[in-house]
Amino acid sequence: MAILVFVESAEGKIKKTSVEAVCYAHALGGPVVVIAFGHVDQSELEALGKYGAEKVLHAADEKLNKGIIQAYASVLGKAMKDENADVLVVANSSLGTPVAARVAIKVGAGLASNIVSLPDTTSGFVVKRSIYSGKAFAYVELKGQKKVLALKKNAADIKEVGKAVGVTPYSVEVSHTDLAVTITSSEQATGEVLLPEANIVVSGGRGMKGPEHWPMLEELAKALHAATGCSKPVSDMGWRPHHEHVGQTGIKVAPQLYIAVGISGAIQHLAGVNSSKYIVVINKDADAPFFKAADYGIVGDAFDVLPKLTEAIKRAK
Amino acid sequence: MKILVCISHVPDTTSRISFTDNNTKFDTTGVQFIIGPYDDYALARAIELKEGSGATVHVLNVGLNDTEPTLRKALAIGADEAIRVNAEPTDSFFVASQIAAVAKAGGYDLILMGRESIDYNSGVVHGLVGELLSLPSVSPVMKLDLDGRRAKLAREIEGGKEYLEVDLPFVAGCQEPIAEWKIPNMRGIMSARTKPLKVVDPVSADGGVKLTRFELPPPKGAVKMIAADNVGELVNLLKTEAKVL
Ligand SMILES: Cc1cc2nc3c(=O)[nH]c(=O)nc-3n(C[C@H](O)[C@H](O)[C@H](O)COP(=O)(O)OP(=O)(O)OC[C@H]3O[C@@H](n4cnc5c(N)ncnc54)[C@H](O)[C@@H]3O)c2cc1C
Repeated sequence: MAILVFVESAEGKIKKTSVEAVCYAHALGGPVVVIAFGHVDQSELEALGKYGAEKVLHAADEKLNKGIIQAYASVLGKAMKDENADVLVVANSSLGTPVAARVAIKVGAGLASNIVSLPDTTSGFVVKRSIYSGKAFAYVELKGQKKVLALKKNAADIKEVGKAVGVTPYSVEVSHTDLAVTITSSEQATGEVLLPEANIVVSGGRGMKGPEHWPMLEELAKALHAATGCSKPVSDMGWRPHHEHVGQTGIKVAPQLYIAVGISGAIQHLAGVNSSKYIVVINKDADAPFFKAADYGIVGDAFDVLPKLTEAIKRAK
Repeated sequence: MKILVCISHVPDTTSRISFTDNNTKFDTTGVQFIIGPYDDYALARAIELKEGSGATVHVLNVGLNDTEPTLRKALAIGADEAIRVNAEPTDSFFVASQIAAVAKAGGYDLILMGRESIDYNSGVVHGLVGELLSLPSVSPVMKLDLDGRRAKLAREIEGGKEYLEVDLPFVAGCQEPIAEWKIPNMRGIMSARTKPLKVVDPVSADGGVKLTRFELPPPKGAVKMIAADNVGELVNLLKTEAKVL
């Protein structure tokens, strides 16, 4: 039985979390069929063969250039039937997770999201999920043959296992009801590392004093090829856009390295960063709670430490 | 205009999480339960719509009777009526099936909820409900305005936002800054006591998913402190010890 993987792209490039989804599907075993929508570079699609895709479908219909949850779910449901796939794998995202939900109903599949690792198949099919905003895990058994799996970042290692494959156009009929939602416009940062995808995140809190000081943080982020994030008050006050807000009520990140500058480390902020592999905290208050959750800490003034750190990073490269 | 707001009853964001019975049960000792923060945004927006152009707001929770104080709080915030589906909310499909059944019977114009609950963090219930009812679903919604039967929405996407339009009825998973959280006032708290809270039996629903056990992450090691005038040492550690550069 085949495994279908829904891959997402940004600015024509396949998202890293989607490449992880392909690798996850390959590790599950069984022929991997990938499907992508809208504008994507052909070379990017072909390259998915390297990560284990045997077949790459491309639904290039321009009606699907924008991510309409209902329409994508219908196409994926149909593709599962066409490809004889029992399992759908997607990366958790603002689009992937709700789409996965709708597909699960369409095909009558068991559904699990926020999956952090490969399943345990010694008896049945048990996945490990992140719950309580990263404060705990749950083991969940999916009993049926059909499964829809939505993965948290880092659920699978990216490994090259094969070579590029050709791309098969996939023609779709999108019904009127599936297009009930009209996307009228969008605003998206271009040329930036996307926060949920980033390997390194540099985040600033109220200790940064004001938006006029962000270039200092952005300098460090640039030197590290990192995304920038912030605490909730910083986005509440409009210093930074909402999509950079990290935490319980914002984006949950899972980078290799999270650098927190002038953030106190409230439990609600930690809930968004506790899946980071390493945490560096820079704070002028030695008693800031964030130090307890950190791997490395510097007690110091952000405005003094940041430029020095940026210099040191540049020199080390 | 009838709005259904689905609310989860979840541990306060500052709760310490632990488990009992060989890691099979959530330990509620000393835990305070609240309306899920995302659901609270959905509720606040529903109340704003009610105050603005007039609407009836019903709140729904799938849970046993220990969730009634949470529903009463939603009534105190301004909902007109509460419905509790009398069942343990075991998994997303089960909960979504209950919501869909109530929504179908109630003929709602708008079904709001949080983008995810903060206990199981699934983020799928709005999509499940939308599909079960053959209605559009949009999430995470950070802005929702109505112009008659036409809704104008903003949805957060990675690195930005998207503006959308859709006709009522539909399902929305909400998040900030759709509205500001509302704190119940004294009058609200008094009137909540006499507002209707209906208890209904669940419909049967099995999504083929079973939670077998919980686990806590391993404790974090001690932090290594580095002097502020020695940032080179930090870079060195990130390179050679953490190997993240
Ligand atoms: C239901 C709920 C949900 C929430 N969700 C979130 C969420 O998702 N994300 C989130 O971030 N918060 C969230 N919060 C808010 C959270 O409780 C904290 O209020 C918030 O995280 C604090 O932000 P901060 O660390 O930037 O600011 P503060 O707590 O004010 O901390 C500022 C820090 O900067 C340090 N500092 C000051 N000046 C300097 C300097 N010159 N150099 C270095 N350090 C300096 C200070 O020592 C202090 O530690 C939530 C709260 C609630 C109740």
